[in-house]
Amino acid sequence: MNEERKKMDILITGVGGQGVVLASDIIGEAALTAGYDVKKTDTLGMAQRGGSVVSNVRIASRVWSPMIKEGEVDVILAFEKLEAARWSHFLRPGGVAIINDYEQPPLSVSLGQAEYPGDADITAALKRRTEEIYPVDGTGRAKELGNVRTLNIYMLGCLSVFAPLSTDAWKESISRRIPERVRDINLTAFEKGREDIQNVRIG
Amino acid sequence: MNNNRQLLSGNEALAMGAYHAGVQVATAYPGTPSTEILENVSRYKDIYAEWSTNEKVAMEVAMGAAYTGVRAMVSMKHVGLNVASDPFMAVSYTGIVGGLLVVCADDPQIHSSQNEQDNRHYARLAKVPMLEPTDSQDVYDLVGYAFDISEAFDTPVMLRTTTRIAHSKSVLNANKRRAEKTPQPVFHYNPRKYIMLPVYALPRHAIIEERMVKLAEYAEKFPMNQVVQGDSSLGIVTSGVAYQYARETFPNASLLRLAMTWPLPEKMIKKFAAGVERLIVVEELDPFLEDNIKSMGIEVTGKEFIPRVGELNTRIVTESSAGIGLLPNSEKGEIIPPAEGLPRRPPLLCPGCPHTGIYYTLNNLGQRSKLPGTTGQEPKLIVTGDIGCYTLGAYPPLNVLDTTACMGAGIGQALGMEKAGVSNKVVAVIGDSTFMHSGITGLIDAVYNDGHITVIILDNSTTAMTGHQEHPGTGVTAQGDPTVAVDIESLARGIGVKDIKVINAFDTKALRDGVKDSLDREEVSVVIVRGACAMRVRKRDNPRQVDVGKCTQCNLCLRLGCPAIQSADGQVFIEPSLCAGDICGICEQICPQKAISAPTGVTS
Repeated sequence: MNEERKKMDILITGVGGQGVVLASDIIGEAALTAGYDVKKTDTLGMAQRGGSVVSNVRIASRVWSPMIKEGEVDVILAFEKLEAARWSHFLRPGGVAIINDYEQPPLSVSLGQAEYPGDADITAALKRRTEEIYPVDGTGRAKELGNVRTLNIYMLGCLSVFAPLSTDAWKESISRRIPERVRDINLTAFEKGREDIQNVRIG
Repeated sequence: MNNNRQLLSGNEALAMGAYHAGVQVATAYPGTPSTEILENVSRYKDIYAEWSTNEKVAMEVAMGAAYTGVRAMVSMKHVGLNVASDPFMAVSYTGIVGGLLVVCADDPQIHSSQNEQDNRHYARLAKVPMLEPTDSQDVYDLVGYAFDISEAFDTPVMLRTTTRIAHSKSVLNANKRRAEKTPQPVFHYNPRKYIMLPVYALPRHAIIEERMVKLAEYAEKFPMNQVVQGDSSLGIVTSGVAYQYARETFPNASLLRLAMTWPLPEKMIKKFAAGVERLIVVEELDPFLEDNIKSMGIEVTGKEFIPRVGELNTRIVTESSAGIGLLPNSEKGEIIPPAEGLPRRPPLLCPGCPHTGIYYTLNNLGQRSKLPGTTGQEPKLIVTGDIGCYTLGAYPPLNVLDTTACMGAGIGQALGMEKAGVSNKVVAVIGDSTFMHSGITGLIDAVYNDGHITVIILDNSTTAMTGHQEHPGTGVTAQGDPTVAVDIESLARGIGVKDIKVINAFDTKALRDGVKDSLDREEVSVVIVRGACAMRVRKRDNPRQVDVGKCTQCNLCLRLGCPAIQSADGQVFIEPSLCAGDICGICEQICPQKAISAPTGVTS
């Protein structure tokens, strides 16, 4: 525990019901097992479902604030496109943005009172900070696997390629938190995420 | 490596700390961000844990238990202590026998509350010690100290968390086991201690003043008040999560981390101040430490540059400090603004929510769709609101609330408007758990004083917003045992309400007819709108569909604010993965073209 460990500040963003909080718990527990200091904090807003959700996960030799400072996020893991753009200013210059290429329109958009941003707008927001943008079809892949709720573990597979944690640490942490009847399908989703992320960078 | 290392939230750490400290009675009313404390405690079967009717009762139950020698804990959100403040002030006077821990969880930034009051003031008001943790490990350790202090000084002890402590996870090394149980709790006759008649209460006041003197001496050597020795050019006094932001912003400064923030260790603070060139306080919300340190005659600054409003974070502490020259401007880092023009995503009532139908009805009867965007317009139908998921009905498109103040306030407010003489009809809406908490006395008042208001009780048979806790109307205890369920109809009848209607939350015609009838009556009417919380209903058969051939794009269904009803390129559609299907069907009932239905061949 004495050696200096590579720090990583991860911001997971999405919509209530997508499994953001469980995903951040799994990262935190994997890092803890690997000997890191960990802090994480979720902002859920008022209700149970449907609102914006953001989770901060910080791993390092020693972590102080549970919240990541604006402009210092190493990786944004966005479960929904609009929620990637919303937090783009938190990214550090040259940070990584992994984005589920999926639209869930807010009510104001359905009511015709606001417009959902186009892909170009979302990319432009992120490009203010980085060229390291990785769009993935997480929701599509999760549906192919037969369970849309595996999206969060698929996204962790994508993240794992960038994180300083072993594949075993990830899988152990996933297995600890996912019920047995859906464990295998989630571990498959994790592997799919690891594979898919290799080919998708847009710069 | 130590195998006891766990990643736990402040609330989980609190429950574990209470268990290890030997707590035998734990009480609470749910409230964000404190709810998970009792939820976790209730899983230990050798603790008696209850959801109390409200925080006042919770305080009284815990106080009674502590009088018999057992260790007791009561937990609540910050505004819960307003409700519980009467017995809280009393138990400060009487003291206890077994340790009594009063946990309050403040909500800087108002993530899910009605204000951001700073409950450290309550410790000073009630003359009791206040502990403030900086992370989950601190929470766990301080709970242990709290009970020892409580018993040694014959006082309740407050422990204040904030949302960022309660709901953040950090590494915890639990190094204790459950303490020995009090074998046979006993209450000892002692009227001078327990009966607060004037003749006994005045001497007790003198005793608690002496207690404060002794506690202040103890604070000087309290091991959790710690100096982090650094550079002597800057000294920072701090507590709670603000310590983390101060530590991150000023890695080389000297810090005085106060875990006991009332009473304050004056000698320790003076010594720390004397050893640094400049002294500042970094604290969230009010200048509580700062004002008290100033009153010691020490020169200190804080709120001149650290904001009072909202929660702090490392960026705010860094920028504020750079603003007065404590840090070079280059430390601020390169900040860019949020991306512009993005649609907001506020929380919504869920698909299949039993509040949607009655809110749509109130919106129509009150012609409330015309109100948004106007100011100062008089609503045709005034709707006083309350605290729960249903407060979300204040947002468009439902737009059905005119007030929200605190738990139970809506009924009294409605009566007040009527008695003041408004010409409009007045309706109060309140959830079942909130009605139990503090709506009943308001209803009694309205009946007793011959009000003509309509009280709509939204009965989803749970405390939904905080995550589905049981309450006195559900027939199940906090620890999962069956119990008597308070019957709202009989209760209202017993109070003297004559017009009581029970209406299915998913029958829009019955809702409209029922509310209209009640509004016309010259008496207090109670309308119980009953329907299960959609999040507790797993069966979601036959998601509804829009027949594009019949749909005229009138968009009436979008006025329900249902997340499943969406539109793309001007055409409404229902997202099948979100629709609650047969349990709801409200959109099907209101569609004027009959264009919404279950899939062909299915009748609902």
